Amino acid sequence: MAKRALPEINAGSMADIAFLLLIFFLVTTTMDVDSGINRKLPPWDEEQLDDPPPIKKKNIFTVLVNSRNQLLVEDEYMELADLREAAKRFLNNNGDGSCDYCSGGLRNPLSSDNPGKAIISLQNDRGTSYKTYISVQNELAAAYNELREELSNRLYGKSYDDLDEEQQKEVQNAYPQKISEAEPVSLG
Amino acid sequence: MSKFKKKTGGGTPAISTASLPDIVFMLLFFFMVTTVMREVTLKVKNEKPFATEIKKLERKSLVTYIYVGKPTKTYEAQLGSEPVLQLDDAIARVNEIRNFVITKREEINEAERPLMTVSIKADENVKMGLITDIKQELRKANSLKINYSTRKGEVFEDRR
Repeated sequence: MAKRALPEINAGSMADIAFLLLIFFLVTTTMDVDSGINRKLPPWDEEQLDDPPPIKKKNIFTVLVNSRNQLLVEDEYMELADLREAAKRFLNNNGDGSCDYCSGGLRNPLSSDNPGKAIISLQNDRGTSYKTYISVQNELAAAYNELREELSNRLYGKSYDDLDEEQQKEVQNAYPQKISEAEPVSLG
Repeated sequence: MSKFKKKTGGGTPAISTASLPDIVFMLLFFFMVTTVMREVTLKVKNEKPFATEIKKLERKSLVTYIYVGKPTKTYEAQLGSEPVLQLDDAIARVNEIRNFVITKREEINEAERPLMTVSIKADENVKMGLITDIKQELRKANSLKINYSTRKGEVFEDRR
């Protein structure tokens, strides 16, 4: 019996279909990128140091968050939106004049001596919402990042992310991130 | 003669398989990109807060996850409505974290143990009391590198 001639299937449009599928999946899938704010916890110590090294009060920038998610910064009520600027002002204050890269330092004698000594102390209530806590952490990190970015632009003329590892280290050391977290108390 | 000529045009024509490798590769790449190795089924609500100053988590094999949030609708009846935490697939109590983290750390090869990161995936409505308890447990377990998992977005944007 003679074989019936099958008409050849045109495969030319296969590629189009494949691309269509590819684009469909590309658009619909949400890739779960894991990202977040990195922090390092202090090691657990059973016995606390008897006398912690003395830190001048003016070098500490205290941020308190109460259970109603309100902020008390340096004993004054503050909106979250103003926190970033306030932290930058504090870090970049250059009170003792030893910081030669702090441009626009206010040199306020009641604020931090230099960025190396400046410490941000964060304390929250047990009733503070996680959302507010992350927002505060984010604003404080942003203050550091903005200062580093400014310095890197001044020193190397490029963005902090584009610097090589050594230069990044240098900029990091210029503005070391010192955020101290106290254990929560009931602030009401 | 015309009879023979007709036959030469016949026979089963081969279906072109030239694009088959492309399709297979496409599928392969797709699955390679999207597959997440060990996906847990979430038993807690997990709406992460927004932040801008975020870093990507590299090396997924070195990351341990702790989920915190209110139980989802399905588990509300047995777990209540207070925020709980989930380690892998099980709901756990705060004092179980230490063993969990230590077990996880032992699974990682020794040279890389100091690089282990614990990612806290907490719902934005959780209170800090619970988070602090978790952090204390992590300190006791000597697992000090942590990451507060967030979504990328402006903090101040009004999303209601």
